[in-house]
Amino acid sequence: MIDILFGPLKEIWEFPAFFAEVVIGGLLSGVMYSLVALGFVLIFKASGVFNFAQGAMVLCAALTFVGFEELGAPFWLALILTLGVMLLMALAIERLVLRPLVNQAPIILFMATIGVTFFIDGLFQTIWGSDVKRLDVGIPKDPIEFAGVQVNSFDIVAALIAGALVAGLAFFFQSTRIGRALRAVADDHQAAQSVGIPLQTIWVIVWAVAGLVALVAGTMWGSKLGVQFSLALIALKALPVLILGGFTSIPGAIVGGLIIGMGEKVAEVYWAPGIGGGIEDWFAYILALVFLMFRPQGLFGEKIIERV
Amino acid sequence: MLYRESGQFKSDYAADQAIFPIRQDRIGMAAILFAAFVVVPLIADHYFLSTILIPFLIFALAAIGLNILTGYCGQLSLGTGGFMACGAFAAYKLATAFPELNIVFVFLLSGGVAAAVGVVFGVPSLRIKGFYLAVATLAAQFFLIWLFTKLPWFTNYSSSGVISAPPRSVFGFYVTGIEATAEAKYIFCLTLVAVLALVAKNLVRGRIGRAWMAIRDMDIAAEIIGIRPLRTKLLAFAVSSFYCGVAGALWAFIYTSSVEALAFDINRSFQILFMIIIGGLGSILGSFLGAAFIVLLPIFLNVVPTSLGVPLSTATIAHFEYMIFGALIVFFLIVEPHGLARLWQLAKEKLRLWPFPH
Repeated sequence: MIDILFGPLKEIWEFPAFFAEVVIGGLLSGVMYSLVALGFVLIFKASGVFNFAQGAMVLCAALTFVGFEELGAPFWLALILTLGVMLLMALAIERLVLRPLVNQAPIILFMATIGVTFFIDGLFQTIWGSDVKRLDVGIPKDPIEFAGVQVNSFDIVAALIAGALVAGLAFFFQSTRIGRALRAVADDHQAAQSVGIPLQTIWVIVWAVAGLVALVAGTMWGSKLGVQFSLALIALKALPVLILGGFTSIPGAIVGGLIIGMGEKVAEVYWAPGIGGGIEDWFAYILALVFLMFRPQGLFGEKIIERV
Repeated sequence: MLYRESGQFKSDYAADQAIFPIRQDRIGMAAILFAAFVVVPLIADHYFLSTILIPFLIFALAAIGLNILTGYCGQLSLGTGGFMACGAFAAYKLATAFPELNIVFVFLLSGGVAAAVGVVFGVPSLRIKGFYLAVATLAAQFFLIWLFTKLPWFTNYSSSGVISAPPRSVFGFYVTGIEATAEAKYIFCLTLVAVLALVAKNLVRGRIGRAWMAIRDMDIAAEIIGIRPLRTKLLAFAVSSFYCGVAGALWAFIYTSSVEALAFDINRSFQILFMIIIGGLGSILGSFLGAAFIVLLPIFLNVVPTSLGVPLSTATIAHFEYMIFGALIVFFLIVEPHGLARLWQLAKEKLRLWPFPH
C-alpha cells in the first residue's frame, strides 16, 4: 500500500526529465480540455444555461467539416460551410428549445440539453455516417525536443491556436460593444433588457460564438484522434474542468483544464499502474468532487448567495 | 359513466387517505395485478416474457429509484448505472459467499450495499446542487464501473470479468441460473417489483416523501420550516440507490444471467433518466410508463419499417432511436414536464367529470 502511494514519488525524484515530459504533455492536453470547456462557459455566462450539448456540437462540427471535405470542398470553403451549419444549429437550439423553456429551473434546462445532445448525435451520424474518419488540417505531428524534453509539435500548435482563441474572446468580451452588452446580460437579464439591450440577439451571438469554439475544438480533437463518435464524450472530460474552474470564468476554464490535464497524466503515468490502470475515466471527476467539498463555487467562480 | 366516484362515502380518515380512495381504481388495480400474475404467464411465450416483460419490470424498478432521487427530492443523478452495478456485483459476491442464503435476502442485502455506496456519493449534495451535483454523480458512475472492471475480487477472479448468476430457487422453483423457466423468473421479478413499488408509493405519500418534495421545491425554505436537509437528502440517496441496486441485481441474475460491469455504463444512466422524464418526474406510475415506452420504442422501430417494406439497417435504427429520444425529451420538458403520468392523470380527471365538463 505504502509502496503504491509513495513509490512513484521516488521515481519522480530520480528521473526529473521524464516527469517534466509528463507534466508538459498533460498541460498541452489540458489546453484541449479547456477549448471544450470554453464553449460551456460562454453559454453559461450569457444565458445561465448549462449546455450539455457542447460535446455533441464539437462532434458535429468535426463531422460536418470532414464531410464537406470528402464531398470535394476545398479547406476554406469547408470551413465556412461548417461555420454556417454550426450557426444554423445554434439558432435552431435557441429558438426551438431554449426560448420555450425560459424561466424554467436550471435543472430542467440542463436535462433539455441532454435531449438536444442525443438528438444531434443521432441526426449528424445519420447524415454523415458513423465510421471513423481521418481529419488532416496540415499541422505537423513530429516530436520536437526542448532541453531534453520531448514534445509533440501538434500539441504546441494546438495550444497556440487555443491561446489565440482565448485572447480573441477576452478582447471581444472586454473591449467591444457587443461584449459589454453580453456581460450585462450575464449579470441580470431584466436589467439588461430595460436599458435596451436586445436579449434574443445577444443569445444568438453567444450560441454562434460557442459554435465557433466547438468548431475549433472539433478540428483540433478530430485531427488528433480521428473524427468519431467518441469525440462527443470529450464533453464529459470538460465537466470536471468546469467544476474546478468555476462555471462563469473564462480564465477558470483555462486553469481548470491545465490542472485536470496535468493531474490526470501524472496520476495515470505514476499511480495508475499500481491500482490497475485506466484511471483517466474518473480521476478528473474525483479530483473535482474533492475540490467541490471545500470550495463549491470553483476556483474563479462567483460565490453563490442564496435567499428565500 | 363508469369512472365516477359519486355515492362512495368515506366515514373515517383511513379510508380517505387510502392509496386508491376511488373504488374503480381499486378494481382496476386488482384487475391489472390479476392479469400480470395469472393471465400473462399463461398466455405469453418465452420471447415475450424474457425480452420484453422482464427488462420492463427491471427498468421500472430502476426508474422508481431514480425518480425518488430526481423526481421527488430534486437531486439530479447521472450515476444510476453505477449504483445498479453495485447491486449486481454485491448480489454476486453475497450469493457466492453464502450459498445457503435465500436469494430474496441476497437481493435485498445487495440493495443495502448499493444504498451505503449511494450515501457516500450523496454526501456532497449538502454543499452542491443542480448540475454541480449531476457532475458529482458522474464521478460515482465512472469510478464504480472502473472499480468493478479492474478489481478481479468482484468477479471472484474470473478471467473474462463477467459474473454469472448461480442457480438459486424460491419455494422449490429455480428463479436464477440456466434451469429457471421464463415464467418463474417473471413471477419472481414481478412480485419483487410490485412489493417494492408499493413500498415506494407509500414512502412518497408519507412524511418522508413530503420532506423530499419540500427539499426539491425550495431547499432553503424547507430547512427553515425544520426539515434537516442533509438527513433528508442522504435518505433519498440511500432509498434511491437501494432500488437501483436491487434493479441491478435483478438485471444480472434474472434478465441476462451473466453480465459485465460495462452493461451499466453511462448510457444506462441516461436511459433511465429518459424513462423518468418521459414517464413523469415525481410519479411512481410514470416510472412504469417511461420504462414501458423506452423498452417498446426500439422494438417498434425494428418491426414497423420492416413490415412496411423499408427495412432499416441496425446503425440507422440506433441513430433514429437517439433522435427520437432526444426530440421526445425536449418535447416533454417543454409541453408536459410531468410526462406520460400527467397525461393519464388528466384523462382520469376528464373521465370523472364526463359528460359535464363544468
